Amino acid sequence: MPESNGRFGQFGGQYVPETLMNELINLEKQYEHYRRDKEFEQELDQLMREYAGRPSGLYFAKRMTEDLGGAKIYFKREDLNHTGSHKINNCLGQVLLAKKMGKTRVIAETGAGQHGVATATVAALLGMECEVFMGKKDTERQALNVYRMELLGAKVHAVESGTQVLKDAVNEAMREWSNRVIDTHYVLGSVMGPHPFPTIVRDFQSVISREAREQILEKEGRLPSAVIACVGGGSNAMGMFYNFIPDKEVRLIGCEAAGRGIDTPEHAATMAKGSIGVFHGMKSYFCQNEYGQIDEVYSISAGLDYPGIGPEHAYLRDSGRAEYVSVTDDEAVESFEYLARTEGIICAIESAHAVYHARRLAPKLKKDESIIVCLSGRGDKDVAAIARYRGKDIHE
Amino acid sequence: MSKIKDAFKNGKAFIPFITAGDPSLDKTKEFILTMEKAGADLIEVGIPFSDPIAEGVVIQEADIRALSAGTTTDKIFDMLRSLRRETDIPIVFMTYLNPVFHYGYERFFSLCEEVNISGIIIPDMPYEEKGECEKEALAHSVEVVSMIAPTSEERIKSIASEARGFIYVVSSMGVTGIRTQIKTDLKSILASIKEVTDVPAAIGFGIHNPEQAREMSRIADGVIVGSAIIKIIEKYGEEAAPYIADYVQSMKEAIRQ
Repeated sequence: MPESNGRFGQFGGQYVPETLMNELINLEKQYEHYRRDKEFEQELDQLMREYAGRPSGLYFAKRMTEDLGGAKIYFKREDLNHTGSHKINNCLGQVLLAKKMGKTRVIAETGAGQHGVATATVAALLGMECEVFMGKKDTERQALNVYRMELLGAKVHAVESGTQVLKDAVNEAMREWSNRVIDTHYVLGSVMGPHPFPTIVRDFQSVISREAREQILEKEGRLPSAVIACVGGGSNAMGMFYNFIPDKEVRLIGCEAAGRGIDTPEHAATMAKGSIGVFHGMKSYFCQNEYGQIDEVYSISAGLDYPGIGPEHAYLRDSGRAEYVSVTDDEAVESFEYLARTEGIICAIESAHAVYHARRLAPKLKKDESIIVCLSGRGDKDVAAIARYRGKDIHE
Repeated sequence: MSKIKDAFKNGKAFIPFITAGDPSLDKTKEFILTMEKAGADLIEVGIPFSDPIAEGVVIQEADIRALSAGTTTDKIFDMLRSLRRETDIPIVFMTYLNPVFHYGYERFFSLCEEVNISGIIIPDMPYEEKGECEKEALAHSVEVVSMIAPTSEERIKSIASEARGFIYVVSSMGVTGIRTQIKTDLKSILASIKEVTDVPAAIGFGIHNPEQAREMSRIADGVIVGSAIIKIIEKYGEEAAPYIADYVQSMKEAIRQ
């Protein structure tokens, strides 16, 4: 992959205040050291297996496949990891790295709360202090996750600046990091931000496709026709895509949030509607207005409610290797319910965006072909919100 | 001769910051003229950005007020065209890279040249990324101001040796905003800078009272004040001019040697 100077083609880079530059340089150096360190590798591998429950299964969705009448559908079950999503993969890696670097405190941003919970979990495990920044609106729609983080010993800051969602949580985490960079590592939760974060997070998440590729070859004896994942910042998608990038016959499909529709102002469809910009430390695509002010975006899914996308995705799209589609709230909610009824899996509303696209694509493919969908997280956190969406008021 | 260097010709420079469009662009113009009369040597005009990650809460809120009032990059250039009929005080922009990138570097910097903008401070464009637009800026006589932070250490010399206009020395960790104490060893940072360049260096972040300004002016060539002025505007709104004048005068007085 093109990675000189932290670039993926024209995308990526290190657009951060000078205060953070030496720390980014240090992080890159330390990461390059530890990723080749046998002891680090063994420690991480053991945590991944014994603590997070890896490898995650590749599950053949028989009833869904029969119902759709086309390609076989497989789910990569990241929802079955400890803490309930793929976020634990990155957090185990980064918090362990932070500890080796001599940091005593970690901070993180979170949207749906999945990354916050995963960071708080690993911080508890490794005895680190942890503070999580979460948009105030998100703390309200994901109250359960706020309490989980507090149970794990983390301090949760409800961010009241700006639009009070994920991008504002990132702003606040970056501000806090520049305030206390010496003892603190910022555990960025997605394949975004300044170099080396997009690379570090992708590497730690690439375990998803490393396992999935072996698993599908074992089950099917051939590669899948497509792999599908939801994208906000894009970490589960990057993890799901990465080891399939050299396999040109495998289509890589990212599903972004179209909210109430990409023809309304209420969406988070960066690839469909955004343009190139520089924000949150990286050059990539962003939803923005004609003066380069970052848009307020919307999705029912707090985890996809982000106005940008990781730089490697921007590169994969522009180079034609990956494709990106947008999925509305309605389509995602209907797929959330469909998966529960058909397979007995209550998935995260984020992942339901990918499930929707699989339902559209599968019937168009032959029965001997296969599709892998990344089920990035489980949906317990979303049940109350989906009930509200359907007009039922249940109390958590 | 750089217009920015002119601002440092007559002793220590006092550099106030103001967010364009807070509370309105007419008032921004009035406040700039007020600050010039009160002794400001160089004005830092902020182009508001939706997500100013290097700012504390005071300037964040000024940005929100300005954007909510309908301030745009085009309207700021219109205000500056009108301002330039009344003053030729040196002005630098302070903004984030995205508004400039999205406007288009060539288009943006040629307008800067038209309204006589001498420099630009872009906190999210560090040394490694200045290739992004430094050439385009210089082609229109706009100098990109380099920033040096308490964490810069061995980077100081490379940054300073390529610096133009003036060097913005960040006094403290974190974001902009009023601080009661500044603990960074600024003396040694300034000494390292002076070893490699004679480009003037001004200190900003956290400075708000005359005592601090005096202390900073002993070690640096200028003092930058933002949040304290924005707080006056936040408090007095459209009626802020006389209060700004008093404040700028007291600060300029403090650094006069």
